[in-house]
Amino acid sequence: MLETALLIGFGLVSVALLLSFLRLIKGPDVPDRILALDTLYINSIALLVLLGIYFKSALYFEAALLIAVMGFVGTIGLSKYLLRGDIME
Amino acid sequence: MFEWVLSTLIIIGAFFTLVGSIGLYKLPDFFMRLHGPTKATTLGVGALLIASALYFSFKIDDISLHEVLITVFLFITAPVSAHLMAKAAIHIKLKQVDRTQNKMNSTTTR
Amino acid sequence: MKTLLRKVLPHPILTLVLWGVWLLLNNTVGAGHIVLGLILAILIPWLTSGFWPEKVRIQSPLTLLKFLGVVLWDILVANMAVAKLILGRNKNLKPGFFYIDLDIETPLGISLLANTISLTPGTVSCDLTKDRKRLLVHALHIEDIPATIKEIKERYEAPLKEVFTAC
Repeated sequence: MLETALLIGFGLVSVALLLSFLRLIKGPDVPDRILALDTLYINSIALLVLLGIYFKSALYFEAALLIAVMGFVGTIGLSKYLLRGDIME
Repeated sequence: MFEWVLSTLIIIGAFFTLVGSIGLYKLPDFFMRLHGPTKATTLGVGALLIASALYFSFKIDDISLHEVLITVFLFITAPVSAHLMAKAAIHIKLKQVDRTQNKMNSTTTR
Repeated sequence: MKTLLRKVLPHPILTLVLWGVWLLLNNTVGAGHIVLGLILAILIPWLTSGFWPEKVRIQSPLTLLKFLGVVLWDILVANMAVAKLILGRNKNLKPGFFYIDLDIETPLGISLLANTISLTPGTVSCDLTKDRKRLLVHALHIEDIPATIKEIKERYEAPLKEVFTAC
């Protein structure tokens, strides 16, 4: 039961990753690409959490937490760069 | 019974994650695309993380709550990054779909 | 006595949050981590108190709790609504920008309001005017702008204003 749900979950999240990636390639403008990267890292957190349940290992949690923190900093940095043409104040 | 709850949470979470990405892919302009990932995706990942916390608490040995940390972190950061991206998009005068009401063509606020 | 407590614990809420986060990160409630977390939770606010000039004071915790409940429920409902809008035909969507005139004045209150707007029904906060008086909001699908503004003001701004009044 759980096994099947996990496999379906892997499928859905993988399609989500693919769609975000297509938007990243297509993306007509820079903000679209930033948004696509933002979604991409959130999707990869979802995939890592599912993998953690699948392999019954808590190790994936650390990776997910790191991706969450670094992804947020990356998004903020890129947006700030667009706003000011410079990251530091 | 417990497996059913877990499976439902996982399917719901994965589904909402997918909905967010579908929104990102198919909506016509940037400001509309912004809605998909900020809402749908946060709830999707939230549901998955709750499933993970439940699974590790009840199936493996003892209580595991650190997934709550990622959930809270995502709920705090998602609106902040959405706000900054929207601000940047307005700043560089990104095109909006023609049927948008009260279009923002000039940056009056900055 | 009270001034001494203020000096040791300049930000009691921050201390509590740090302690909680430390215990969650280590995923234990072992005695060693409780003590170590407590030491860090006292030391960090003390060392960084120069960076936190604004004192946060919660006026009525009950209103805050009720507000959190309302917001969590609205996030669930908002997600259903947005999912339906996204999966439906996008041709019929009527996106739009509008300004909300803010009554709330404290920076923390404003940022919490903006976050709440971003997380709930079909709206994302985009920009704040320089004088912190008006908030620019983008909606995915909006038909009646004044009604939406009224709902946001009654549902989210009023309780936040009650909780975080200037002090």
